[in-house]
Amino acid sequence: MSLLQIRNLSLSIHGAEILHEVSLSLEAGEILGVIGESGSGKSMTAFTTMQLLPDGAAPRGEVRLDGVDILGCTEREMCAIRGRDIGMVFQEPMTALNPLKTIGDQVAETVLLHEKVSRAEAQERAAEALTRAELPPEKFPMSRYPHELSGGQRQRVVIAMAIALRPKLLIADEPTTALDVTTQAQILTLLKTLVKQDGMAMMMITHDLAVVADMADHIAIMQKGRVVETGPTEQIFRQMQHPYSRALLAASTHAPERDPKPQDSPLLEVRKARRTYTLPAKTLFGERRQIEAVKGVSFTLKRGESLGLVGESGCGKSTLTRAILGLEEVQSGEILLDGEPVFTGHRPNDAVRRKMQVVFQDPYGSFNPRHKVARLVVEPFHLTPEVPRAEREARIAEALTAVGLTPADAHKYIHEFSGGQRQRIAIARALITRPELILLDEAVSALDVQVRAQILDLLADLSERYGLSYLFISHDLSVVRTITDRVMVMKSGEIVEEGPTSRVFDAPEHPYTRALIAAAPRLPEDAAA
Amino acid sequence: MSLAEETSATSMALKNRNLLLGGALTLVFLGAALISFLWVPYDVTQMDIANKIKGPSAAHWLGTDHYGRDILAMIMVGARTSIAVAVVAVGIGMLVGVPLGLWAAARRGSLLDEVIMRGNDLVFAFPSLVIAVMITAAFGPSATNAIIAIGIFNIPVFARITRSGALTLWSRDFILAARVAGKGAARISFEHILPNVLNLLIVQGTIQFSLGILAEAGLSYVGLGAQPPTPSWGRMLADSQTFISFAPHMALFPGLAILLTVLGLNLMGDGLRDIFDPKLRRGRT
Amino acid sequence: MLRYTLTRFLSLCLSLAVASVVIFFAIEVLPGDPASIMLGVNAQPDTLAALRAELGLDQPMVARYLAWVTGLLQGDFGISYTYRTPVAQMIVDRLAVSLPLALYALGLTVVIAFPVGIWAASRRGSVGDVSIMGLTQLGVAIPNFWFAMLMVLVFAINLQWFSAGGFAGWDAGLFAVLKSLTLPAVALALPQASILARVMRSALLDTLSEDFIRTARAKGLSRRQALWRHALRNALIPVLTIIGMQFSFLLAGGIIIENVFYLPGLGRLIFQAISARDLVVVESVVMLLVFAVILVNFLVELAYAAVDPRLRAR
Repeated sequence: MSLLQIRNLSLSIHGAEILHEVSLSLEAGEILGVIGESGSGKSMTAFTTMQLLPDGAAPRGEVRLDGVDILGCTEREMCAIRGRDIGMVFQEPMTALNPLKTIGDQVAETVLLHEKVSRAEAQERAAEALTRAELPPEKFPMSRYPHELSGGQRQRVVIAMAIALRPKLLIADEPTTALDVTTQAQILTLLKTLVKQDGMAMMMITHDLAVVADMADHIAIMQKGRVVETGPTEQIFRQMQHPYSRALLAASTHAPERDPKPQDSPLLEVRKARRTYTLPAKTLFGERRQIEAVKGVSFTLKRGESLGLVGESGCGKSTLTRAILGLEEVQSGEILLDGEPVFTGHRPNDAVRRKMQVVFQDPYGSFNPRHKVARLVVEPFHLTPEVPRAEREARIAEALTAVGLTPADAHKYIHEFSGGQRQRIAIARALITRPELILLDEAVSALDVQVRAQILDLLADLSERYGLSYLFISHDLSVVRTITDRVMVMKSGEIVEEGPTSRVFDAPEHPYTRALIAAAPRLPEDAAA
Repeated sequence: MSLAEETSATSMALKNRNLLLGGALTLVFLGAALISFLWVPYDVTQMDIANKIKGPSAAHWLGTDHYGRDILAMIMVGARTSIAVAVVAVGIGMLVGVPLGLWAAARRGSLLDEVIMRGNDLVFAFPSLVIAVMITAAFGPSATNAIIAIGIFNIPVFARITRSGALTLWSRDFILAARVAGKGAARISFEHILPNVLNLLIVQGTIQFSLGILAEAGLSYVGLGAQPPTPSWGRMLADSQTFISFAPHMALFPGLAILLTVLGLNLMGDGLRDIFDPKLRRGRT
Repeated sequence: MLRYTLTRFLSLCLSLAVASVVIFFAIEVLPGDPASIMLGVNAQPDTLAALRAELGLDQPMVARYLAWVTGLLQGDFGISYTYRTPVAQMIVDRLAVSLPLALYALGLTVVIAFPVGIWAASRRGSVGDVSIMGLTQLGVAIPNFWFAMLMVLVFAINLQWFSAGGFAGWDAGLFAVLKSLTLPAVALALPQASILARVMRSALLDTLSEDFIRTARAKGLSRRQALWRHALRNALIPVLTIIGMQFSFLLAGGIIIENVFYLPGLGRLIFQAISARDLVVVESVVMLLVFAVILVNFLVELAYAAVDPRLRAR
């Protein structure tokens, strides 16, 4: 019999059906990848297994862990099972730990809860768990507080908590989504090692096919609360049966058709840009520390070109983006658009700024919820000379049509649109002044894969139609690869490698680029939709 | 707020018991204050010693006080004083506090922000009663002093709530988009920030309104607020104290008036918060 | 931690300095000459001038401010215009009533609010929670001096359990003091306890919806355990802020409540001083109240650091 057996599990919350007849099974020592887009019910499946459901949730069906009927357990029995038999790792390591308790105490708590041991022994066991999670107390004292650790380190603490009692089942709910690529690779390797060492089963929940491709033994693909396809990983990737799975795989590997025609004239020139911040002193009379966010960066973006800027969080790409947009002045160096400086005399140069626009990551936070689309989209006109009313209307209609919406959408409020549609509206807002350059700041990072593929197609199409140039800023290598002509890799405020996209990805020169590319999860070569 | 949100807010408002009850109570006292301009059962400046300290009766529904004045009429006219003082005090707090909060948030982390916030802390150190004491020591007691004292105390309340609401908004991408569009801090504050903190301000406004009524009553009670012959609820309670053992009705009704008005405003504030705050809304469904 | 404490302390000193300037000049710019008030309308000009010199009123304003502040720092609050006795002694006598009253009320507030708030949060949405929250709504809305009058009516006049007013004095023993301070303290505490219980409940509910509570539950903690071991301490920060603010309300509210119970505290002193235009006394009492509020806020900020390691690190 399987270690975890889920049979015909349905779940409704306040009457709304979230899961429908879900059946899954998982053997000891195996990894099951549960894949789906947002709203597919993949996380809820995990929470049902833990019996950690919101109020008003009513599960039906059967969940058995090592023969124990989970849905039949009382809350008291579940408390004994959670942490001892099932461990769980969550998506957001920054908020998953109690900020007021030391990491040692938090890990030791798992031991103290389930076993009658002394405090000292629990601490010892916690040290062991942390060591196994590759956060050895010699280097990271157990008296540290969560705020003294990075996101990846915090995730290791959560993992240590989950595996301290060597549970039979480990559930990992998007454990690396909030982390950088290199950290993600380390955490995934760690999880694989732990599964092998302890012979435990792991349910790995993710939206990213590539993440589970080379670690899961079995894969289950979920859509709208149902499992649409399940099977051994290799088999699944070789031939997918269900149309939804195929669409998902196709979207994950989708590369828009592009016909780039970069000209020789430079559009954006960044010369030795340097930006430092002063941090408050650590001790009372200590020196104020300087952080050099951008250390003399130079590059040129040619007219009609799509240039990628890749780097992990904290590498300085956001600072550089803000400087290019004229939101912050660089302390030294120059930023020229079309030969004119973005800043003149410590003031942003509006005539220059109106030639570029930006699209941000978060489709939900990018719009004032109180304004209608028409008003949102024309905001960039603020920098241009007065546009007559009739022309405004025409321009709004044109921009909305260009991004695949209708002119009638101008009279709606932003909350009436889905995430993907909002991102289209963000692009329409960027197009309205007919700019020459659009900065795409993680513009597709928050989108589900299928929507992402559509937006990438749209971007490719628009650049051709309007002769746009893109500066594509992202942490996601696979996306950058499909949409850029040239790419720059940034690390600690410097550009460490630059070159044609295909060359950089196929034959990276700098060790950091190599590490990044090696760390990025990849779909199998022979994956076929 | 959008049309769809608005209609859902309207239907939620109708379902929200706090808001309905609170709104009804508030309307009763607002109505009493307005009606008192046109009609009162008895003239509140007229003494009627023959009928002093009478309990509730058909002629005097809530009884009479030690000068034979009708208590219902006094409460109606007193509502004017309470409401006027509280409204003007909230107005002062908002007019000064909100721009300060917006300004501090727009220059977050700067010396200006620090000065505004430290100034706020300093004003917080002067409870409105203490300010009233100082003003009274200077200019003698009056309703105007009560307004100024409560109003000054309201300033940091509104400045803080505006600033904290504005700070979360300043980190949102739509503000960044407005900055990219070249809009200045002042324009962004009024076009994008203010409409989005308005909910917070309305809720806080109702709460400060109710606190203002309590504060005015307290100040009048100790003689630092409205002066006789202007009727005020606090003054009525102070007058009733001597007679409390044999004429408790003189203390009961003005006290109830304060209690119910403040309760109504607080319930309304809670109801509004439930409707405006999507986080709580999710928690309820 | 040291840096945090020192910056907070500097800010305390700065606040006090600014507050003293505000108070001094607000009261000094007043119309009316204390000397002529003290001597009455028929005073001879030369006696008046002599008294003005004696009180230092002929000095320039800045010099008088400096003299006042230097005096305050040495515990010399000046001489009362009306009583001709040292203000410091008058204040100490009155503080013996007002401070115990405020602390008693603060203690009651916390003792009532914590269990009620925690209980309501742990049974969110239940009949008990809803009814308790309804009662706190009443508690928040009730004017404390009116509540005090009703309690006098019930407990002092009808039941005769407590005295209707007056203060027995510390010489009469602790029991007598408690007997005269209990009703005023309850009157002060009840509305504040209602507020604090509501804050406690909502802070706890906010914390209970945080991610780390889910982590704790995944370890095997029950709802109750998660609330006591993880949520409570995190919820304490907003609660501490409110307690700090409440102390100032209790001190100020005490001034009004003292009137209901005829207690010889700072409140009585300040009203007598206002009617007698005894500005030195008004100035000193106001400064003392403001000092107390600023000091309590400083203590609250230190308490934050005790609760939150992120502040300790600074």
